[in-house]
Amino acid sequence: MQSLVIVAHGSHLNPGSSAPTYDHADTIRATGAFDEVRTGFWKEEPHFREVLRTVEGSEIYVVPLFVSEGYFTEQVIPRELRLEGWDVSEWDSDGLSADQATLVAEDIDREVHYCGPVGTHRAMTDVIVRRAESVTDDPDVGDDFGLAVVGHGTERNENSAKAIEYHADRIAERDRFDEVKALYMDEEPEVDDLPEHFESDDVVLVPLFIADGYHTQEDIPEDVGLCEDHTEGYDVPETVDGTRIWYAGAVGTEPLMADVVLERAADAGADLGTALDDVRETTRVATGD
Amino acid sequence: MADPTTATDGEAADSEASDDAPEVPEIDLPGDAFDAVLDAIDDRDPGDPLRFEGFTASRASGGDGDAAGEYRLDPADGDRRTGLSERELHEALAERAPAVTDWYAFERVVGEFGPRRAFVRWIEDADGETVATRYAALAEGIERAWGELRITATITDRGERRYDVRHADDAGVSVGELETHEDPLDARELVTFDEKGRYRPLKTAPSLAGGWVFPELSPRDLYETVETVYPATVANWHREREGELDVSHWRETMERQSGIYGVVETWDRGEGHEHVDWVAEACCADSQCLKRREWEYDEDTDLDVDGGDGVFPCREPCSVVVSAARKWTRLESERERTYEFELTPSEKEQVEEIIEAVADGRTDEIREADTKEGANRYRARFLRAKRFDDEGNFGGVPTDPDEE
Repeated sequence: MQSLVIVAHGSHLNPGSSAPTYDHADTIRATGAFDEVRTGFWKEEPHFREVLRTVEGSEIYVVPLFVSEGYFTEQVIPRELRLEGWDVSEWDSDGLSADQATLVAEDIDREVHYCGPVGTHRAMTDVIVRRAESVTDDPDVGDDFGLAVVGHGTERNENSAKAIEYHADRIAERDRFDEVKALYMDEEPEVDDLPEHFESDDVVLVPLFIADGYHTQEDIPEDVGLCEDHTEGYDVPETVDGTRIWYAGAVGTEPLMADVVLERAADAGADLGTALDDVRETTRVATGD
Repeated sequence: MADPTTATDGEAADSEASDDAPEVPEIDLPGDAFDAVLDAIDDRDPGDPLRFEGFTASRASGGDGDAAGEYRLDPADGDRRTGLSERELHEALAERAPAVTDWYAFERVVGEFGPRRAFVRWIEDADGETVATRYAALAEGIERAWGELRITATITDRGERRYDVRHADDAGVSVGELETHEDPLDARELVTFDEKGRYRPLKTAPSLAGGWVFPELSPRDLYETVETVYPATVANWHREREGELDVSHWRETMERQSGIYGVVETWDRGEGHEHVDWVAEACCADSQCLKRREWEYDEDTDLDVDGGDGVFPCREPCSVVVSAARKWTRLESERERTYEFELTPSEKEQVEEIIEAVADGRTDEIREADTKEGANRYRARFLRAKRFDDEGNFGGVPTDPDEE
């Protein structure tokens, strides 16, 4: 029996924080690739500490719905799941290349495959592009458009910037958008000066965050100048200093994220049948005809 | 097919039912249950019989008079029957449909997973009562409470369990008057907000909103629904029943914290656990959380406050407690000071009433014009108008004496 456990941050304050986790779990459940799909949280229930005891299967894949390797994926989650003998060297990662580690979870005395976070998987690049398609409602968006991939800077986590750059570089290599830039909230180049970093009249801004919340709904819109105060709201696109900014909100809410969760489990050895193709198909942006 | 009203009369001689005992319902043996029995018998060695309540069934092993491939039935009290064809076995099992469907319900529908199995068996006391007693009780409806949930178990004429799950406050309300659901995952929406539309960060807070019902859940969906409303409570309850609940007490939980929560460990200064008593009284009382607190200060030191009466245990300080403790660790690091205020006796009592009303979540209940209540909005506004200075200092006394 094959089980998937998606672990995410959750929130004591924001009811929408867990929504992407539940949505992606539902998408994956519908593929039937796993006998069970469970969700666990740091700030909601079941907590990381107790989620594994709700799992029935013998082949267990744990996928963190986090954007980068760092404090949560390297310390908090393995500790709270009680992965025996965990050490970050198990992943042998340069900050982007964590794949999986197979360890016994003391809580249930069974092996689990502890996967790297979704945010650093190569398939995440496609989700960022898909997010740009969604927000512009154009499956071919790219020509005459710039793309800004935005995240925290290194002040919080050195690997956060690495993930942003990694995806921005990969998208740039595809020559699909006129310009692709990595911008940050707390270091240069800063998202506050977005129009200065782009020549294109239209720029899609995709924040590399899992859920919409304070950063994506208040911080970034105000810093970029989409609105004076987030309570006023803003249009998509909104023109700031002559640049039309298409603000996408958290990339983690994009339905294709379910694909990255599956890719992580597949890399760790899960048998997925046709689930990957199914998810890519069902989460597509309509062509509009 | 026997008429259930006459069947009881006709079988009264060999049944234990008396006039006032609930009646065991008439059960038809469903084909899938019979097929499962055949499969189970086929999977076993001859001579390793399949056990039901009151009898066993097996494939004849040959050599004892049975033709190979035929079946035998061994009642616990009565003559064994050998050499049964599949059709004869079916007839024999159909006569014992309650026991067979009971086996099928637990062995094939509910399955082995410990927490689910224990929970569904607990609902009908399957480890304590006979099939006949349980089926009679299920026919009437067995009610169980789990937190704020009311679970009513019934049985179909095919021996399948069905469960009605709703808020305890909606007991007795007809299904038609409630919002009905089938998918256990629908419960995620139902538990997110309380009756006033406020987000519920703690699923086991006694603030579950009602007005909905899952009227006909299967055993597996019952478990999933309860798991969604009160995550991991069944698993922890099950471990506790097995004597395996892994309790993590306050000290070890706080010592484990890191990052922004690492500071909480410093709140324990080896000067007793009064501060943790206050935390438990503030956050863990039954009025705040339905879990029964089993964690203490440490393994050797119990807290002085009661853990509550919940059905399911709380095995360690939850994330809400840890987050609040972080705030208190900072606040409680402040030194006490002496402030001097002029208050009338009624004003002192009013301050107390306001704190009581907020702590008990009563502010919404206090009527707008009920100025007898100290926590009434007009009364509070009057106190503010009279006693606050332009900077919002109570009694005109600055918080920091150097500010004057």
